[in-house]
Amino acid sequence: MFSDFSRDERTFAFIILGGLVVAGLAMAIAGRGDILGTHGWMVFGLSLIALFGAIRQADRPEPSPERLLEYYDAPTRVGLVLTLIWGVIGMAAGFWVAALLAWPDMTFDVAWLSWGRLRPIHTSGVIFGFGGNALIATSFHVLQRTTRARLPDALSPWFVLLGYNLFCIIAASGYLMGLTQSKEYAEPEWYADIWLVVVWVVYFAIYMRTLARRKEPHIYVANWYYMAFILVVAILHIVNNLAVPVSFGSAKSYSLFAGVQDAMTQWWYGHNAVAFFLTAGFLGMMYYYLPKRANRPIFSYRMSIISFWGITFMYMWAGSHHLHYTALPHWVQTLGMAFSVVLLVPSWASAGNALLTLNGAWHKVRDDAVLRFMALAAIFYGITTFEGSFMAIRAVNSLSHYTDWTIGHVHAGALGWVAMITFGSLYSLVPSMFKRERIYSNTLVEVHFWLALAGTVIYVFAMWNSGVIQGLMWRTYDESGTLTYSFLDSLEAMHPYYIVRAFGGLLFLLGALTALFNVIMTIRMPAKVQPDTGMDLPAEPALQAGE
Amino acid sequence: MFKFHYRLERSALGLVGFIILVASIGGFIEIAPLFTIDETVEEAQDMRVYTPLEVAGRNIFIREGCYACHSQMIRTLRDEVDRYGPYSLAVESQYDHPQLWGSKRTGPDLARLGNKYSDAWHTTHLNNPRDLVPQSKMPAYRWLLRDQLRTDDLGQHLATLRTVGVPYTDDQIANATQDAYGQANPDSPEAGGVAERYGDATNIRPFDGQTDKLTDMDALVAYLQVLGNLTNAAHETQTAEVE
Ligand code: HEC
Ligand code: HEM
Ligand code: HEM
Repeated sequence: MFSDFSRDERTFAFIILGGLVVAGLAMAIAGRGDILGTHGWMVFGLSLIALFGAIRQADRPEPSPERLLEYYDAPTRVGLVLTLIWGVIGMAAGFWVAALLAWPDMTFDVAWLSWGRLRPIHTSGVIFGFGGNALIATSFHVLQRTTRARLPDALSPWFVLLGYNLFCIIAASGYLMGLTQSKEYAEPEWYADIWLVVVWVVYFAIYMRTLARRKEPHIYVANWYYMAFILVVAILHIVNNLAVPVSFGSAKSYSLFAGVQDAMTQWWYGHNAVAFFLTAGFLGMMYYYLPKRANRPIFSYRMSIISFWGITFMYMWAGSHHLHYTALPHWVQTLGMAFSVVLLVPSWASAGNALLTLNGAWHKVRDDAVLRFMALAAIFYGITTFEGSFMAIRAVNSLSHYTDWTIGHVHAGALGWVAMITFGSLYSLVPSMFKRERIYSNTLVEVHFWLALAGTVIYVFAMWNSGVIQGLMWRTYDESGTLTYSFLDSLEAMHPYYIVRAFGGLLFLLGALTALFNVIMTIRMPAKVQPDTGMDLPAEPALQAGE
Repeated sequence: MFKFHYRLERSALGLVGFIILVASIGGFIEIAPLFTIDETVEEAQDMRVYTPLEVAGRNIFIREGCYACHSQMIRTLRDEVDRYGPYSLAVESQYDHPQLWGSKRTGPDLARLGNKYSDAWHTTHLNNPRDLVPQSKMPAYRWLLRDQLRTDDLGQHLATLRTVGVPYTDDQIANATQDAYGQANPDSPEAGGVAERYGDATNIRPFDGQTDKLTDMDALVAYLQVLGNLTNAAHETQTAEVE
């Protein structure tokens, strides 16, 4: 990494690392006896190690100017591996959390092993660790290929990638120590949130600076989605995390909003975390890797315009469908419901666009497990959004809300859509990124595909069943007009489904482990003998920033 | 329209501006009025604030992730009202920074939990739910009875809550630490000030059954016992006007 840096970039890297060492130390001192202090020592230690590593490499020769003739893919390579590592961590936590619901006595009197602390490890681990790293890694790749320009410099992509992972580490270790804001998908505390804003600003700057030097007049669809992901996540993140810390020596903060306003802000955030993190970014991925792999152009340019602006506009209205029949004013619930139903149109336009792109290439889908991953993802995207629009209808939501049905919907989207499109893109990217002839084992990709599909189907059907049963039991009355079932009756009815779900999740986790193994083995294979034919190169020597 | 777009997608800044504009409308129209329209939150004259011990308990509730299995929001549906009690009003979480309405009921709703069970029941249940409810899926929180509650910074906590809008008085902030101790030790000299500052309806009891030390359990049980009892508004205003 360091040998890719120019002299100026090395100086900057030293300044950043030095700043982090000082910041960590300051946090450690200000937060003595508090979790903030522990995190301070972690930041201090990690950046000190990085600083020493940097010093040892400081006098490496400067990189040759010829590097500017190529794309800069080193951060993408590391990002792909980090994606898989976080995926395995997050899904293992998910499996463990699922198992705890079947066998709750496995807490072993250890606070950090308890369900409430591990659940955010799962959700953040898969969404931010797995999903976030995948988005960053692929966005750097897609951005360069679709603009035919090299990233503007070598330092800032590393800053974004590693800074983002520092955020993930702070978040996850905080949960184990019981540190959380309790807002779903926005659990990390104030200082982690501030750090993420810094990282995000640099991320956005990379995008803009690369686009500014693009050699293609048009900005490709995939980039619209990546940009919407970056921009809107920034807006959501900043507003929902507004909070006042107890003191600068305390990790704890109190949210600026309370009660109903806080609930609405949280679910405006929460739903759009789904929309712009788990949907927009991954649609960006789909719009690049799926047509590329199928070797066919996107079916319809107009459909992609309609679906992009439809999604960007309408999702932001839909958050209140998380608050049907609550103390939220009725008119907001109704707006949320209406927009959620119409949202099906742009969602299906995207799913349809992907599937129609494959029309005429179905034999490839049959033969190539990588393309099959992506095709299946588009199908699950269609299923999940249909289900979501359905669940957003008040009458349906009265049954589904609070039950496992929501969990079923979540994982139809998360496993079927987010994870599948990620695995598909990752498999198609790894060989070229590491300059290998092919993936280590196609058989293992095939095995992974079937593990993932079986795991998803088992998981989702178990939760659909248990959710509907749960919802019906809660609202069943007998002839005398009293509720038929106690809460405990419904709890007992869930038990078998929790076991089945854990099993489905285990299959999915095994699939992810297969992927990690396959990728590691690919990296260990000898590099391609033949040099590149010059196909995968920027338009002309890319300029360094400032030149 | 497509012509316009054909031009728009040649400009990075144009795209950025449009994305921000288009994405901001929905949230603005739905959220901003909630702060300005008066009917959003009902009036409740008798609304109390959490005592310092209850604030500490609430923070333990958050720390352990109880909110991920328990909602605190009874919807306006007949079966929910029959099962849990009067549906929740906005005013009841007026001082909840952040709210803990929840999105999943692996365990029952807790919005009206206060006074449903004895302190001893809660202590035993939290220590190991399966001692009382063999089918329970809830984790055993044995460390709550062991761990000493941190109270030295509670004044700062109340002061921060005041910054974000909870009407704590200077007196309450200055005495936060001793009030936390007093609320769980009814026979101590510190106990007297608690009712004076927070009202006679405040629960002043040795919540975890042991008076020799103030534990996390004391705080958590104090919080659980006040759930739904900060105001009587829900009981008063609700006849059976359920959808
Ligand atoms: C894994 C999910 C889970 C977590 C986490 C959890 N609970 Fe529970 N809780 C349950 C279930 C299931 C029940 C119903 C069975 C029972 O009474 O134990 C329950 C019941 C309860 C009850 C009895 C409610 C009633 O009306 O009967 C209380 C009180 C309670 N939990 C408090 C807590 C607190 C406080 C925490 C955090 C320290 C917590 N729970 C964490 C699942 C959970
Ligand atoms: C190995 C596979 C997985 C297993 C076993 C698993 C298991 C679980 C479990 C047990 C829960 C808690 C459900 C509850 O509260 O009752 C959960 C929640 C969640 N999981 Fe997973 N999960 C897996 C994969 C994933 C992936 C890949 C993603 C995202 C990309 C994901 C996203 C989520 C989200 C967002 C929630 C929170 C849902 C909510 O609050 O409504 N999961 N998961
Ligand atoms: C048209 C698109 C969609 C609509 C209208 C929609 C609608 C909904 C609704 C109504 C809920 C239940 C809220 C509740 O009762 O609490 C929900 C929950 C959820 N959905 Fe979707 N959904 C859509 C697409 C997706 C996609 C593609 C994903 C991707 C993973 C996803 C992830 C989630 C998650 C994580 C939750 C759980 C939130 C929580 O309670 O923690 N949704 N969605």
